[in-house]
Amino acid sequence: MNIVVLVKQVPDSGLARQLDAQLRVDRNGANNVMGELDEYAVEAALQLKEAHGGEVTVLTLGPGQATETVRKTLAMGADKAVHIEDDAVGGSDALTTSAILAAALGRLEWDLVIAGAESTDSNMGVMPQLLAARTGAPALTGARKIETDGSTVTVEHQRANGYDVLSAALPAIVSVWDTINTPRYPSLKGIMAAKRKPVESLTLADLGIEAAGPAAAWNEVVDAAARPPRTAGQIVTDEGQGGTALAEFLAAEKFI
Amino acid sequence: MTDILVYVPNSGKHAAEVLTLARSLGDVSAVAFDDAAASLAGEYGAAKVYRVEAPGADDYFVDPKATVLIDLARSANPGFFLLPSTDEGKALAARVAVALDNGLMTDVSGLDADGTATQDAFAGATIVKSKATKGFLLATVKAGATEPAPAPGSPAVETVNAAVAEADQRVKVVQRVDEPAGDRPALSEARIVVSGGRGVGSAEDFALIERVADALGGAVGASRAATDSGYYPHKFQVGQTGTTVSPQLYVAAGISGAIQHRAGMQTSRVIVAVNKDADAPIFGMADFGVVGDLFQVLPQALEEIEKRK
Ligand SMILES: Cc1cc2nc3c(=O)[nH]c(=O)nc-3n(C[C@H](O)[C@H](O)[C@H](O)COP(=O)(O)OP(=O)(O)OC[C@H]3O[C@@H](n4cnc5c(N)ncnc54)[C@H](O)[C@@H]3O)c2cc1C
Ligand SMILES: Nc1ncnc2c1ncn2[C@@H]1O[C@H](COP(=O)(O)O)[C@@H](O)[C@H]1O
Repeated sequence: MNIVVLVKQVPDSGLARQLDAQLRVDRNGANNVMGELDEYAVEAALQLKEAHGGEVTVLTLGPGQATETVRKTLAMGADKAVHIEDDAVGGSDALTTSAILAAALGRLEWDLVIAGAESTDSNMGVMPQLLAARTGAPALTGARKIETDGSTVTVEHQRANGYDVLSAALPAIVSVWDTINTPRYPSLKGIMAAKRKPVESLTLADLGIEAAGPAAAWNEVVDAAARPPRTAGQIVTDEGQGGTALAEFLAAEKFI
Repeated sequence: MTDILVYVPNSGKHAAEVLTLARSLGDVSAVAFDDAAASLAGEYGAAKVYRVEAPGADDYFVDPKATVLIDLARSANPGFFLLPSTDEGKALAARVAVALDNGLMTDVSGLDADGTATQDAFAGATIVKSKATKGFLLATVKAGATEPAPAPGSPAVETVNAAVAEADQRVKVVQRVDEPAGDRPALSEARIVVSGGRGVGSAEDFALIERVADALGGAVGASRAATDSGYYPHKFQVGQTGTTVSPQLYVAAGISGAIQHRAGMQTSRVIVAVNKDADAPIFGMADFGVVGDLFQVLPQALEEIEKRK
């Protein structure tokens, strides 16, 4: 079973993040990490490979520094990687990104594509469905569990008040939430082995993509501002009266 | 007036919000796949309802509905096409975007008639305004974007009969499992949410959080550390990878206030925190905070609440 995992490098969501002067995600001033949900996608692919054999290929679209993220996936155990890197890509929207990734998927052999349920910088959560529309493969999104018998894939699609069991024939596209597994850490051996694993580097010209970047985008960011900080409230220290003070506040605000 | 196409999935609050927002932009044509959704559209001021009859569509994932929406969007040629920001709404919007070669925006929290959309970026730390430069404005609207306001009317109803095409039968829904909702209000729609974090310490002690929620008539929430530790089921997780809530009152007990947690609750009207660490980031956003042990503070507060009721 050949699996392609989609990973995106993003600014660490646990730290402060900002837009740059061109109102794009500031990737230079940020601590960049693998998309936090994409780690679960890599782990899911590795587990399926361990059970069914085949190869795991990592596919990423991003600037030069995304090499670090690629290397981490190889150290975790992925077999090879494709890194699309082109200065013309900066400022692209989700539709253009999906056209580029779909073109790259067209050059690879796969039974399954696994993505994160959403990237942790844009949080759009649309890439798997955009790619399904472009490649013609079915999309089974938001999985908390994934199983395959080699010809079909079955997932538990997580919902707020339950889940749906979905099933489709391969090849298919699946996206995963952080409830699906616990991602492994790269071992020392894995880190060493990663250095010898092949990484193919592609440009937009290689993929036959002509239009990208802000000029090809359908939407334009016209303004961005920091959310005004919440005004500091009243903080009391409990010295035996904290609970009563809390209830008094709730009463004053008419919640009781 | 501008034509606004709206996908109405059900008769819930989120759907009512999207209809309310849409009405402020132009004449609303609603797409409803069942009677409950159709009647909500009438109640919230839609001028027209496409009542879709697509027998068997529910046996499959989003594809049959996507095909119907693509056809309707193509023929209606709307100025805006709005869907609720749910997994389903986003999936449908993505299919429409590719099929009609049009841009899309997700998690929009506001829209002006001139086509300016407001979105939160970076877990709400940045507010972004965008415009569509080509095509129509296709957007999914976040829960809580507006207060639902009824405007009952009698919309023109057009029945749309749609057979499920073979190509749309690829993803089968083998089983739908609905977990019992219980007596408490739904987390995403509750007026009051009381959440516990790692500081609650165990599944048994979450009963204290439940008691506070019940005393206030609210829903129970949890941080990821609490759900990961098995103190409370995952579906109650508030935050970036859980539910986003925007209640009138949010109580955070034993929660430090990590960015990913704040992402899911920072637009709450009033925030209250109980934490024994005076330096916990949650105090930076609290309207009222108690520095103290939640096992002392909450039982005392409960007693006082009962007294005042
Ligand atoms: C990709 C990604 C997505 C994430 N998504 C989410 C998400 O959706 N939701 C979410 O919540 N988190 C999310 N997180 C995790 C987030 O970063 C934090 O780890 C998490 O929110 C911490 O939960 P906590 O505040 O309960 O635990 P901690 O940070 O451990 O805080 C526990 C707090 O309890 C206090 N405490 C302990 N005992 C007591 C007591 N007896 N009385 C009073 N106070 C006490 C402590 O002082 C401390 O401040 C995500 C992380 C990543 C990487
Ligand atoms: N530039 C990219 N390169 C590779 N994968 C991506 C890229 N952007 C998005 N993805 C994948 O699509 C998922 C959803 O992304 P999004 O729709 O942007 O929230 C991510 O978790 C990734 O798995």
